[in-house]
Amino acid sequence: MKLREIAHSRTGDKGNTSNISLIAYSQDDYETLKNAVTAEKVKAYFADIVKGEVVRYELPAIGALNFVMYGALGGGVTRSLALDMHGKGLSSAIMDMDI
Amino acid sequence: MKTIRIGGGAGYAGDRIEPAVELAQKGDIQYLVFECLAERTIAIGQKQKAADPTKGFNELLADRMHAVLPTCIEKGIKIITNMGSANPLYAGKLVAEIARSLGAKKLKIAIVSGDDVLHMAMDNDVKLDEIGKPISQSNKQIISANAYMGAEAMVQALNNGADIVIAGRVSDPSLFLAPMMYEFGWQPDNWEMLGKGTIIGHLLECGGQITGGYYADPGFKDVPGLARLGFPIAEVDEQGNATITKVAGSGGNVTVDTCKEQMLYEIHQPDRYLTPDVVADFSHVTFTQAGPDRVEVRGGNGFERTNTLKVSVGYQDGFIGEGEISYAGPGAVARGKLALEIVKERFALCGFEPEEVRYDLIGVNSLHGDTLSQSSQPYEVRARVAARCATKAQAAKVGNEVETLYTNGPAGGGGATKSVKEILAMDSTLISRDLATATVDYLEI
Repeated sequence: MKLREIAHSRTGDKGNTSNISLIAYSQDDYETLKNAVTAEKVKAYFADIVKGEVVRYELPAIGALNFVMYGALGGGVTRSLALDMHGKGLSSAIMDMDI
Repeated sequence: MKTIRIGGGAGYAGDRIEPAVELAQKGDIQYLVFECLAERTIAIGQKQKAADPTKGFNELLADRMHAVLPTCIEKGIKIITNMGSANPLYAGKLVAEIARSLGAKKLKIAIVSGDDVLHMAMDNDVKLDEIGKPISQSNKQIISANAYMGAEAMVQALNNGADIVIAGRVSDPSLFLAPMMYEFGWQPDNWEMLGKGTIIGHLLECGGQITGGYYADPGFKDVPGLARLGFPIAEVDEQGNATITKVAGSGGNVTVDTCKEQMLYEIHQPDRYLTPDVVADFSHVTFTQAGPDRVEVRGGNGFERTNTLKVSVGYQDGFIGEGEISYAGPGAVARGKLALEIVKERFALCGFEPEEVRYDLIGVNSLHGDTLSQSSQPYEVRARVAARCATKAQAAKVGNEVETLYTNGPAGGGGATKSVKEILAMDSTLISRDLATATVDYLEI
């Protein structure tokens, strides 16, 4: 199953750090997300992009996870040579992850 | 119980103006807040101000004021904004001029300054987080240093009868927290209420992002009427409970899911969201759909604020040179790859060594690299070379080397473009809270 079928997501940027939220449409799927989408798995998924650590925070009250990815934005929005300089599309990229 | 209605009139510097007009006219709001400063916006403003001392504030300030002031004056809606950017004083003067031209008889405009800590940062030789060195050892030309100020000076302005509050760098949620503190008498050490108010501010600060903007994904997350997206309203009570809604009949939607996405936008540790006012705790917030386009927010909290303020530091960091060219038809990707290999080899032949170079095939791997892009196989491809260089002349070489593929490269290359842009980079640091003091001045009509 693709992540897109049970969850949605948005990316934010602060300096050279990106955060990706992962929100279960149904509270019932939160445990599935929590078990399947670990910080290690996200780091491996974005291996081409994220140079630093990935930290996962859990928000059971809203059935969501928040991944903070350090060194993900090529030096930040103004220095980055990437077309997606904010990393805005990373939230769409993670929707394709198999769980 | 007393409640107030606050409208979020902008989510960034260049945001649409029409939804803010709709909020003023039909939103039954008492406050219209415009959040218009991204991390780098004020550094750009500082450069504009250096060239012309009367500039450096939000470029849409006049347009926004012409659009909303007549209604706000008529209905007594107070305006709070960080559109002052690098020059709140001249922003205030312009607003006063516009108000006079509209025939305003009595209006008090508060100018909040004190966030510009460039001299202090230079004198104290602050250490920059990303660069990892003090300014003096960073080898960078610093352009701006602005501290994120809290809500208190804006509350003071409202207490003194301000109709319009114009600030520079204040934290985004503080713009929304200020009217709550003023209306409900929340004291600056009432951490729980400040935490709740900060969360409500964070939900509103990106304008249309909570009403369905930046949310739609057809077939999965459908949003009605996006073309005429309405901006958000928070109905807040004195207990810090809120309902997020929007003008009836406007486009977009307010749902539990749009609220969840916005709550987690640009935050890191959810139970420690640092602002100048409070350490807000988002971790127990819940959302309940109370009706169409009405979502109740409950459960926020806050803890004692830290003794430091975050400072955004803008500095010059060389230039980015860029060149692009397209290939089409059978073999397009192979010819695009060949084009990039040629440019790479020519850089080496010329001894050209930029600080960093990137080679992309747009339509193939330009956003997120090879691994995530494996399934892609388009009809056309656009080859792109981008490099960060110390000098403008070096940066210009990047686009030129791509352009010469017209007569020195693979078959059928078309539509070459090139550009050079100056890099205004951002870093941050923390300073002791007592090193920056907000001041309030008033202009009266």
